[in-house]
Amino acid sequence: MSDTATAPTRLSVRKTYKLYIGGAFPRSESGRSYVVTDHKGGFLANAALASRKDARDAVVAARKAFAGWSGATAYNRGQVLYRVAELLEGRRAQFTAEVRAAEGLGARQAEAVAEAAIDRWVWYAGWADKIAQVRGAANPVAGPFFNFSLPEPSGVVAVIAPEASSLLGFVSVVAPAVVTGNTVVVLASERCPLPAVSLTEVLATSDVPGGVINVLTGRTAEVAPWLASHMDVNAIDVTGAPDSLADDLAVAAAENLKRVLRPAAEDWIQPPGLKRMLAYLETKTVWHPTGT
Amino acid sequence: MGKFEYAPAPESRSVVSLRESYGLFINGEFTPSADGRAFKTISPATEEVLAEVAEAGPADVDRAVTAARRAYERTWSVLPAKERGKYLFRIARIIQERSRELAVLESLDNGKPIRESRDVDIPLVAAHFFYHAGWADKLEYAGYGPAPKALGVAGQVIPWNFPLLMLAWKIAPALACGNTVVLKPAETTPLTALTFAEICQQADLPPGVVNILTGAGDTGKALVTHPGIDKVAFTGSTEVGKEIARDCAPTRKKVTLELGGKAANIVFEDAPVDQAVEGIVNGIFFNQGHVCCAGSRLLVQESVYDQVLASLQRRLATLRLGDPLDKNTDVGAINSAAQLAKIRELSEVGEAEGAQRWSPPCELPVKGFWFPPTVFTGVSQAHRIAREEIFGPVLSVLTFRTPAEAVEKANNTPYGLSAGVWTDKGSRILWMASRLRAGVVWANTFNKFDPSSPFGGYKESGYGREGGRHGLEAYLDV
Repeated sequence: MSDTATAPTRLSVRKTYKLYIGGAFPRSESGRSYVVTDHKGGFLANAALASRKDARDAVVAARKAFAGWSGATAYNRGQVLYRVAELLEGRRAQFTAEVRAAEGLGARQAEAVAEAAIDRWVWYAGWADKIAQVRGAANPVAGPFFNFSLPEPSGVVAVIAPEASSLLGFVSVVAPAVVTGNTVVVLASERCPLPAVSLTEVLATSDVPGGVINVLTGRTAEVAPWLASHMDVNAIDVTGAPDSLADDLAVAAAENLKRVLRPAAEDWIQPPGLKRMLAYLETKTVWHPTGT
Repeated sequence: MGKFEYAPAPESRSVVSLRESYGLFINGEFTPSADGRAFKTISPATEEVLAEVAEAGPADVDRAVTAARRAYERTWSVLPAKERGKYLFRIARIIQERSRELAVLESLDNGKPIRESRDVDIPLVAAHFFYHAGWADKLEYAGYGPAPKALGVAGQVIPWNFPLLMLAWKIAPALACGNTVVLKPAETTPLTALTFAEICQQADLPPGVVNILTGAGDTGKALVTHPGIDKVAFTGSTEVGKEIARDCAPTRKKVTLELGGKAANIVFEDAPVDQAVEGIVNGIFFNQGHVCCAGSRLLVQESVYDQVLASLQRRLATLRLGDPLDKNTDVGAINSAAQLAKIRELSEVGEAEGAQRWSPPCELPVKGFWFPPTVFTGVSQAHRIAREEIFGPVLSVLTFRTPAEAVEKANNTPYGLSAGVWTDKGSRILWMASRLRAGVVWANTFNKFDPSSPFGGYKESGYGREGGRHGLEAYLDV
């Protein structure tokens, strides 16, 4: 017995990174996981390796949530999304650290990315009750009719999140889809999925209804084709798919005429513009006669 | 038989001078097809051959795309926007000046009643060019950024149901936004498009800005898959639309598709029955039901089913079917033998699946392609006639009890182009309109169109809008 012995270092409690489907955190039904490393190859975690069944479950959850979310008032959706930003702000240090580990950024750069992600939520949250005014129209038809056009969400959107930008990129592709009233199934970055999974904890504790945002982790090439060919998915964003896979996804998407968003390479720090919101908006035009 | 007989009131054909044969319109000139192939276009009302038309092959498509590209780079994209607009104003005026000729020609080639081509199609064609002419030099105010750019060369394929109107929906916004076009009209209705080519000549439109290629599906496929085009616009069947979406998927072509529909026309018990019946008739028997947004599924609230059906049948007995050029005609000819066969087949399936078929007493001409206005009752949602687009004068009648059930049934389709609602209750109209998953909702009216009103579908009815400020997006690089 020696009084010079040092106290043992505390063993950290690790997190199990799971999927986020219908507001719950299941493991993959396949029971599989895959190793996620930092940019130097060091072990970070075993993430769930989502299967076709997980993807299909996520679509079911998203469809179930669509009526409620698209039917909520725009003001309400805006507040719910703003609340996400509030909770993110409280965990800014955590996300900075996760982005740093995942993407290998310097401390200040990682912090800037985390802050930009939070600010992007805020930016999109504010669009909820404005996009209809910007994209709607009163149409002066040549006849005794009142005629107006309004944007409406396309439905369930599958999103292949960008591979390199694990948090800011993720936020930049998810927020525009949900702020307009769509519900989403997102496939997180294959190489660095952990910040997205941590974001689901924020979503679960904010007021976003279960099923509005569903997050899968796994192999893009395995899961994305199931989403692209799913007949109850209305639109797909293939941003995170490599070019040849994106071609295949777009071909599969034609089967039920999904709206396909396939943007050129993006700098996620730049202001996003309306493009991503418009990609999942339909225009509905209503006619009614005028008269006494 | 009513108290008064109708005397025949045929519109004169003399206003139209048909040529024996027509070439392709490439780079401002009519030219034969490279391999000399041609086909005949007939009048569906009489099966009389109207003219022979060149059939464009891949070499012709290539020639036309090259001409359009050159015109885009050297002429059209460097022309001041206001001058572009003035060409479109000119075209609009010439269409008005030649409206009677165009209406007669359209009815001859398509089989639609002259009353519709004269009062609906051609006026809307002119209106479409007028509306878009004004946009040409105002695009920076359309909400697509301070200096929205054209896409380049557009390849456009249109159907036979509204031949010249669909041409206008395609060409007017394309040109206004600064693109040049290669357009393929449907093989059964090429004549008004070829007359439009003459109008482009009369307007002194620079060569190559508009190119018209006649031909069938192969020509269309060669056009939309040509690597030299930047934009594909298609109106037609969902089946072909999906094929185009697949073909274009690996490319960066911008694609807009306006496809099939199976619209619900929903009549509530508080609707004014006579007006609703007029709307039902207009919804499905306008243009022989060859309308993608036709109200082909009638949903009637159970409590007024008997009354609405009796009233509808009474009204249908007054429809006059026959010579498209007769000004009294309500229902013209089916556009082609192939379409007639499809309508017959689906109607037979309707009977075989257990629905009850009814048509008013109606004598069909011996020659030509004809189908009487037809109503199926006892239709379930599972029946093919309630699910598939018939594209003919065939109405399927279903019933509902509650507004929620009406919405459920109306949305129970992969299509989502249009819908109709008939009720006297304002709040219910807005409630229904917000829940129907369709791009156009007509409340207490049906089948109304206007160049300022965006048109296009949800789901498998396609994507993109035509008309209005929204329609410009399809032809801008935004």
